[in-house]
Amino acid sequence: MTETLLAPLAPKMTPTSAPFWAALEEGRVVLQQCDACEAWVFYPRPRCPRCLSAALAWKPVSGRATLTTWTHCPRPTAPPFTGLAPQTLAVVTLEEGVRMSTFLLETAGRTLELGMALAPRFVPTEDGTATLLAFAPA
Amino acid sequence: MGTQRKGAIVGYAEWPTVRRYDGPRRFMLEQWMDLAAEALADAGLALEDVDGLVCGTLREANMFVPATVVEYLGQPVKFAEFVDLGGATGTGMLWRAAAAIELGLCDVVLCALPGLPIPSNPDPRDRPPPEARWLGSTSNAWGSPQAEFEVPFGNVAQNAGYAMIAAHYEARFGSCERARAQITTQQRASAALNPLAAFYEKPVTIDEVLASPMIAEPLRLLEIVMPCAGGAAVVLASPEKAKRSPHRPVQITGYGESLTIKTPTFAEDLAVTPVAAAAATAFARAGTTPAAMDLLALYDCYTITVLLTLEDAGFCPKGTGAAFLAERDLAFDGDFPVNTHGGQLGVGQPGLAGGLLQPIEAARQLMGRAGPRQVRDVNRALVTGTGGVMSEQVALILEGA
Ligand SMILES: [Zn+2]
Repeated sequence: MTETLLAPLAPKMTPTSAPFWAALEEGRVVLQQCDACEAWVFYPRPRCPRCLSAALAWKPVSGRATLTTWTHCPRPTAPPFTGLAPQTLAVVTLEEGVRMSTFLLETAGRTLELGMALAPRFVPTEDGTATLLAFAPA
Repeated sequence: MGTQRKGAIVGYAEWPTVRRYDGPRRFMLEQWMDLAAEALADAGLALEDVDGLVCGTLREANMFVPATVVEYLGQPVKFAEFVDLGGATGTGMLWRAAAAIELGLCDVVLCALPGLPIPSNPDPRDRPPPEARWLGSTSNAWGSPQAEFEVPFGNVAQNAGYAMIAAHYEARFGSCERARAQITTQQRASAALNPLAAFYEKPVTIDEVLASPMIAEPLRLLEIVMPCAGGAAVVLASPEKAKRSPHRPVQITGYGESLTIKTPTFAEDLAVTPVAAAAATAFARAGTTPAAMDLLALYDCYTITVLLTLEDAGFCPKGTGAAFLAERDLAFDGDFPVNTHGGQLGVGQPGLAGGLLQPIEAARQLMGRAGPRQVRDVNRALVTGTGGVMSEQVALILEGA
């Protein structure tokens, strides 16, 4: 994958997660945090999955993360991704502790390691409706 | 532990698992009827004895599945369940049936999972959307977290998720590549003896597994189940009704279930699976231990599933599965019999019915009906089921009465 890529599939966005996607459009990352128990919440929800409080606030975060796992897929994982093969899918852990599914960019010549530092990359979708949060070695 | 009125497996039906099915196509309801007839005949029971029924998904009904099956079979019941646990559906059905019998709710419970192709629908409006073929266990419905936060990254179906679990495990505990290849090879050796298996008389070597195409690192083609056609059913009965079966009743003396996540992105620890909790519950309920098991029938959608299940069910400490396997022989006549029918890696995966093949093999062995692959002196077995991507797991303890 290269930095110029467009993601083939757009997310099916919901009203609850609209602030997350709106921030990515501007090259920023925001996450929900629970006012009651301080848990960081991802994916977006109307209530905290630790304490069920509805007092969640959107907060700007750095987008820095570490690598939790990854898989290099020589074959496309689904037909829409044929043009992107080989893909490197990953699960990352943001500084705030939340996990997310993503793909990795700029990995050529890099040895991927558990816990390696990652920085956010903002990848528009082909249809122009959204920006995905991808990551690259920091 | 538990009650004395244990539900027992008293009969079953298992159709040959085939890669390219060219027999008659049947609706799932029609297959249900065929499976019911075969399994009840095997159990020495009649339709009129059935007073409980457990179903999985049906292509012909989105709702009211049990009532639809009850009406189609023509047999009213006092207990009905609909189980939606992916690959753990089969094992999940069996413990629910056994628990209903223990509670005295019913005496004879029929569980069936059809897996043959249904007739081609001449009306294109009724066909599933093409994306259903590649979405697998992933929901792309609006409002589903997967549709929003997994599908756009290509993290769909099962391969990438299981690969990321395996990769995380290897990053922490070292390569288990050879142990995983051993699982395929030794199970394929057992499947080679099983005429119902898609890989009957087709063993593979460790080198062949390691040379098979990489699908999602570190998982290779021969570490992944092959989708097949088939079908299976199980009849469970109370001790009183079990006397009518010609077979040694196989009691479900322990059972446990654990659901943690839908997508492993959110697993608390990617190297620990829900079977840890499920197996602990099952062993405690049965009052037994891993060391007391004579046979294991472990859900094996991927090789890594078997390795993690062995660790999490308590057969060896976390991170030592590869070393544990290196010193063991999983064959029916080996020192540590696992998936003596070949597992799904050897038999093939006939859809949800794949999750009934493990308990059926354990019952077959405990009944003494395994023919040339019969394990000697087998009285206790651990059976597991796994749904989604290590999302939900079931553990059963089966004991010959
Ligand atoms: Zn909270």
